[in-house]
Amino acid sequence: MKSLAELQAIKAKMQDKVALREGSSEKRVVVGMATCGIAAGARPVLSAFVEEVSKAGLAGSVTVSQTGCIGLCQYEPIVEVFEAGKDRVTYVKMTADKVARVVEEHLKGGNPVAEYTITNNK
Amino acid sequence: MKELSLNILDVAENSVKAKASLTEIRLTEDGETLTLVIQDDGCGMTEEVVRSVTDPFYTTRTTRKVGLGLPLLKLAAEMTGGTMQVVSRAQAEHPADHGTAVTARFHTAHIDCPPLGDVVETVLTLIQGHPDTDFLFCHTLGERKVTLDTRELRQVLEDVPLNSYEVLQWIEAFLREQYQ
Repeated sequence: MKSLAELQAIKAKMQDKVALREGSSEKRVVVGMATCGIAAGARPVLSAFVEEVSKAGLAGSVTVSQTGCIGLCQYEPIVEVFEAGKDRVTYVKMTADKVARVVEEHLKGGNPVAEYTITNNK
Repeated sequence: MKELSLNILDVAENSVKAKASLTEIRLTEDGETLTLVIQDDGCGMTEEVVRSVTDPFYTTRTTRKVGLGLPLLKLAAEMTGGTMQVVSRAQAEHPADHGTAVTARFHTAHIDCPPLGDVVETVLTLIQGHPDTDFLFCHTLGERKVTLDTRELRQVLEDVPLNSYEVLQWIEAFLREQYQ
């Protein structure tokens, strides 16, 4: 049975980490979650990013957030990756299955997965 | 939308955009009727806007942001012989008591009733995206009740964000356990 006491323990463990994390995000993953994105399947894409980023140990340097309609509804689910000093990378027609590769090669390795970007899917 | 839980996610996002501090999502399954209520204490809408939100072709600048979310929910409900209703009190007119309530009724035995889908995933997605607003989720299935109130979690967590992965995992397990 999940209890609030268990949550208390998570809090104690997390507090040290949170202090470390603040302001240290280098990359930002933004998932389009408007009506168009949700209808096209953005919800499982978002949860896959949340899970894979944490599993890869990148929670300290990558933030995963949600946004509204980016204006390219026919390409949804759309995921954008922002990194200071670099051009933004736009992934289109994403699925939960494609997420692990983006996390591994792009977020961890620093090389965008060209195959999934908008430039190669027009 | 393939499942109602996606409509719920979509419409609840409107509440967050309306700057709600608390968004309540209530699902009640009683016999062959499913009632969904999404209620917030956000900025609300004037009567004129309320009248137009369910019309997908009404596109003035003020309502453009409302988009297709509510028309899709209305369509889904009406396809089962059900109804959708929007009641709102605009902040400008009711400064002390404002917000919006969307109520949709579905006849679950109707062949066109979409599956409810994964509501737990919907609740998690809302919390992940909006860790600083509160959500109250209550799903009544006959005698049983599945509930989550982020205000209670926030009290325990203090400055630890609700969208920390470990916390989201706890919330998921907490909800799934109640459905078992």
